[in-house]
Amino acid sequence: MLDLRQYASLGAALKDALERWPNETCLIEADRDREKARLTYSDFRELARPLCRALEDADFKAGDRAAIIMTNQSKWLISAYSIFFCGGVLVPLDYKLSAVEHLQLLAHSKARFLVVEYYLWRAITQSPEFSKLTVEIVLVTEAPAGADLRGAYRWEEFKRKGEPQFATRQRADTACIVYSSGTGGRPKGCVLTHDSYLEQCASLTAWYPFWPGVRYLSILPTNHAIDFMVGFVGPFVCGACVVHLRTLRPEFVRDAFVRYRITYVSLVPMVLKNLERGLRAKFAELKPAKRMILDRLIGLNKMLTRARPHVEFSRRLLPQVHRAFGGELRALIVGGAFTEPSTLQFFYDLGIPVTCGYGLTEACTAVTLNDLKPFRADTVGKPLPGTEVRLLNPDGDGIGEVAVRSRAVMSHYLDDPEQTAQTIVEGWLLTGDQGRFDVDGRGHLQLVGRKKNMIVTEGGKNIYPEDIEAVFDGLPVKEFCMFAANYLWPQKTLGNEMLVLVLRLEQNQQFDDKLREEMVERNRRLADFKRVGGYLVWEKDFPRTASLKIKRGELAAEIGVDAARAGVVGI
Amino acid sequence: MSAPTTDHTLDEVLNLAASHFKVPREKLTPDDDFFKTLGIDSLQALDLLTRLEHHFRIELPDYELQGVSDFRTLANRIQARL
Repeated sequence: MLDLRQYASLGAALKDALERWPNETCLIEADRDREKARLTYSDFRELARPLCRALEDADFKAGDRAAIIMTNQSKWLISAYSIFFCGGVLVPLDYKLSAVEHLQLLAHSKARFLVVEYYLWRAITQSPEFSKLTVEIVLVTEAPAGADLRGAYRWEEFKRKGEPQFATRQRADTACIVYSSGTGGRPKGCVLTHDSYLEQCASLTAWYPFWPGVRYLSILPTNHAIDFMVGFVGPFVCGACVVHLRTLRPEFVRDAFVRYRITYVSLVPMVLKNLERGLRAKFAELKPAKRMILDRLIGLNKMLTRARPHVEFSRRLLPQVHRAFGGELRALIVGGAFTEPSTLQFFYDLGIPVTCGYGLTEACTAVTLNDLKPFRADTVGKPLPGTEVRLLNPDGDGIGEVAVRSRAVMSHYLDDPEQTAQTIVEGWLLTGDQGRFDVDGRGHLQLVGRKKNMIVTEGGKNIYPEDIEAVFDGLPVKEFCMFAANYLWPQKTLGNEMLVLVLRLEQNQQFDDKLREEMVERNRRLADFKRVGGYLVWEKDFPRTASLKIKRGELAAEIGVDAARAGVVGI
Repeated sequence: MSAPTTDHTLDEVLNLAASHFKVPREKLTPDDDFFKTLGIDSLQALDLLTRLEHHFRIELPDYELQGVSDFRTLANRIQARL
């Protein structure tokens, strides 16, 4: 791989990568079972060059911001590379957000340019808020012939001839602004420098190296911190290959493992569980004799991989299982949310190591990672090289708030000194997650809960309850407030996360079917992963500040004491 | 042969969803939130999409399901591609 210490920016490292491995394949793009594109590093450079020149001609300068809203595909990476080449700051936005949310974040980020897929652009232009679009130049990919692009350019035609000029950046300059959430009231744009990414990439590849020939299946959205690092920067600076699928249908994902002989893939717990369900169902169909043999082989594998994985050996021992994953898989990387240890163990026992870690956008990508020496399903691994983890105010059980210090940690939240000051204190990033170090003394971290009023879904989405409240504005009650159940009633485990709508009814108001229907109807307007799980009727007025804001912390503490989780009624 | 009407498409979507997820057909109505009524996650919803594709002999990109959570809208998206 490239020696990242010698580079001042992501753009410089990526530029060298394209020159270093001209004939290696860097990208494969498939739609279902049809391969749409296969690019070498040299092809990639040739595709990016005219875009870089066109950006220059459009007066895109070093430090300018450009957003990308796209599903995982080659044009995502080509656009991102071109933005970095021109010294720009990349703002990767979540394509699953609504058009209104996209417009809010575009305005907040002050992006001058936007690269967007046609179907997403169509939704943005149809939004009632479209007139508030603040971006100057929009490039739309894959627009059908004759489509009205409302002033945008076609990405495929936005090119100029000639050699573009590489824009030098320094390590301390901003590389990306990544929104960790907060589309409702208060967007949280994590400002991450080139130094953050280069440091993080060096740490991650020290434990999990890529090399030419490695194939990484990119399923998590590339706008997400994990895929951006492990499905773009990491493979590229090592000469490896990224495989994009234009569909996430489980059957095509399974096919892709085999068709492209995948080496690594990152998944969210929901997908991992789906794979587990599928395998368990297949095992259950086996005749008793075959099942007994399988169980014995799994038992043998378990015994022989206790200290560390022996992937080659496991492949020989359980060939059918490994063939179903393409036969080259070295590890499944799982992140973004809490995963049941039993699921992780299930795969490890089959000889498929699952690299479980812990990270947050504010810390670039990962804070801790399982180094598999030995595999520990019950922990989120050890701090990465160059990362310090401390537990603040530990209780009698050694449980405290996880604080992180490393060069990978963000510089600040965009335009929000107040929130930054609350989150980064004396150089330590306060994560709001509660954890303890395992008694084994090897530095394994165990997460045991959350201090923050937020949830992380099984799909890896951060949801801040405050952001959901807007959908319930005008609900015919005296007042209401949204909380994460585990914030109201802390439990020393993760999982079982849900949002709870706390209602204070008007005097003499009864909770009736009409109110329930209204809640259900409003809940339906939310994306499925953001939906409220239940409600609680609260009998007292909410405590408020002098400026009439709800004192959430105080209210949560009152509810935690005076109400029980069992009192929450499902919506 | 002309494309079936939306009502017909909707009916078929409901029938297929009921049989695929083994729930009584009468429990499903067009404006139901299918994540909730069927108790499914987004991956299982993608499975349903595949089933519908085979039935209607069309191809539905994943994004056609983005932001859709009721049978009626889903049927409209299918109808547009028939």
